[in-house]
Amino acid sequence: MKTDIILAGVGGQGILSIASILGDAALKDNLYIKQAETHGMSQRGGAVVSHLRISGKIIHSDLIPQGTADLILAVEPMEALRYLPFLKTDGYIVSNSKPFQNIANYPNICEIITEIQKQPRCVVIDADDIAGNIGNSKTSNMVILGAATHFIQIAPEKIEESIKNVFARKGAEIIKINLRAFWAGRQFTAKNI
Amino acid sequence: MQHNLFLGVEAIAQGAIDGGISGVYAYPGTPSTEITEFIQGSEQANKKGIRSKWSANEKTAYETALGMSYAGKRALVCMKHVGLNVAADAFVNSAITGINGGLVLAVADDPSMHSSQNEQDSRFYAKLAMIPVLEPSNQQESYDMAHEGFSISEKLGVPVMLRITTRLAHSRAVVVKKAETEQNTLALPADPTQFVLLPAIARNRYKNLLSKQNIFEKLAAVSKYNSLKIKPGKNLGIIVCGIAYNYLYENYKDSECPYSVMKISQYPIPSEMLQELGENCEEVLVLEEGYPLVEETVKSIFKKNIKISGKLNGILPRDGELNTGIVAKALGKTILTGAAIPDIVVSRPPALCQGCGHHEMYAVLNRVLEPYSKGRVLSDIGCYTLGALPPYKSIYSCVDMGASITMAKGAADAGLIPSIAVIGDSTFTHSGITGLLDAVNDNSNILVIISDNESVSMTGGQESSALGKIESICAGVGVNADHIRVAVPLKKNHDEMIKILEEEIAWNGVSVVIFRRECVQAAAKKKRSEINRKNEKAD
Repeated sequence: MKTDIILAGVGGQGILSIASILGDAALKDNLYIKQAETHGMSQRGGAVVSHLRISGKIIHSDLIPQGTADLILAVEPMEALRYLPFLKTDGYIVSNSKPFQNIANYPNICEIITEIQKQPRCVVIDADDIAGNIGNSKTSNMVILGAATHFIQIAPEKIEESIKNVFARKGAEIIKINLRAFWAGRQFTAKNI
Repeated sequence: MQHNLFLGVEAIAQGAIDGGISGVYAYPGTPSTEITEFIQGSEQANKKGIRSKWSANEKTAYETALGMSYAGKRALVCMKHVGLNVAADAFVNSAITGINGGLVLAVADDPSMHSSQNEQDSRFYAKLAMIPVLEPSNQQESYDMAHEGFSISEKLGVPVMLRITTRLAHSRAVVVKKAETEQNTLALPADPTQFVLLPAIARNRYKNLLSKQNIFEKLAAVSKYNSLKIKPGKNLGIIVCGIAYNYLYENYKDSECPYSVMKISQYPIPSEMLQELGENCEEVLVLEEGYPLVEETVKSIFKKNIKISGKLNGILPRDGELNTGIVAKALGKTILTGAAIPDIVVSRPPALCQGCGHHEMYAVLNRVLEPYSKGRVLSDIGCYTLGALPPYKSIYSCVDMGASITMAKGAADAGLIPSIAVIGDSTFTHSGITGLLDAVNDNSNILVIISDNESVSMTGGQESSALGKIESICAGVGVNADHIRVAVPLKKNHDEMIKILEEEIAWNGVSVVIFRRECVQAAAKKKRSEINRKNEKAD
């Protein structure tokens, strides 16, 4: 098996938490992992991306080659489009529909969503809304992760365990709300695909 | 066996801890910062008493590490590629003195300039200093080389460079640890003149270094990190250095690579191995991240006329980092491309955080400079460099650490009045103090704004060497106490800030205005860790 995932978003949106969770889950599954992330200057509100590669076989490149990613998981819709060259023709996009508008010339959001929906396989989800209904809008990254689990070859129960591990320091309440967000995301895709 | 998911930089840190270091010395710089941060946060390192506090700059870091080596203990020194420019004097001369305790320089290059002002290749510094280089191709090798680097250094009597590039620095993979090596005990050099580079001694030390070059190469020839796989009857041979190895084999993940491949991860280049490659091919493709160092060198080593391909003949791009696609193209393979990025997508450059004090500093500075022509603000390296971009477009230089003050002085000397420097707190103590001293000694008419957020913020909020010391440093250097002014950069204080700047621009001499407010990221981080601590207690 192999799953190559592009995680896309804006600095501070919780991409690295998603990467840590999936990395932890893959490690427990005895899979090979490589996960390249963006540090430094771009983290100041710039576009950030992480390449996460999980495989049953040895992985060479830290970066996913263009045209081969199985999944783009985006916590911000314009950022989903920025990495289209990496997606394989039958790959999936799972994207938040809520824009993060920290630039003056942010495009029309309806046009952004239309562009995403032009892609053959996509799930567009208002993760901020779902997270807000659960009670903490900061968990929108877990909604997206949950929504994407259908396209990641790791059992969602194992990912759940890794959410508990990664957020262990943050306390029981934070773990609980993140898990609710995660399962709500998973359910959304199950209903809408 | 314990499996750890480590970034390349973390693998180096763990390797050095297990390799028996007594201290790590560094100034933060992407992509090298997390080596030191990992050691600072490591319980194991703390138990071992490994000294890990940040240094004021890369030169002080390197010299302190050399001092620890002088005293017989193993030391790791870390920096980004341009940091080695700052430490270059100490670095090059440490190859002449040689070492006592093992000394490893971990240096992280940044091809594609993700977070840097150039993409210089540190291997050239190692060549200049004539010392061995270890260049890992993956996270496990990063760990192994850091672990082993200190004993290599002690065996050869010189510092060893461990060179990585951004992608390996910031990519995670599983690393298996080795047994821990005990720290060295205090032991001064057997030869008391070893570190005294008076010309008469230095000449001998240099001869000694020259005489070791063959030994370095012999060691590289038998290194487990280097290898040669010959595929007879093939026209093409490939040399891969460090991380380039992965981009080659990513292209052959479902089939065998049909060409002879020489992997170089320990330098100097083993020439006999290279000859053997040359005897088995007519053309050699060189894959390396950074400048074409190996490509330039191998031409002169081959005995027969062999076509060399790479960055110099345009098969590979001369700038930027490598990737699987670039290598595929050089191999004449078809490359996959996904859908194009839709035209609607716009770039999202980094920006100052909401609530950051630099916002207020630039807003006020732009107001005060309205009566003057543009181009009067020389700046420096840090978050505030983003002041070059819209909406502020306030600054006109960013060259190297500390250059704001000295360039402002030079421009003032040339007649540009007012001439203003904008520098951050940690950049000031890194390399700004000596420039300020020059300005005081020359009574230059400059205004220095120190935008003090009390942390090294661009690299993630490390502790600033300047904390609590700026006013006394400026006064100590000789700035007139009446012209060292302090204000809090908040919207409500704009009028006061404007008044201070106008007064100091009007004053003919060196003024320092300190706008001080804690970095919003550092403040948030502090708050988060307090909450986490409370939760841990509650659990």
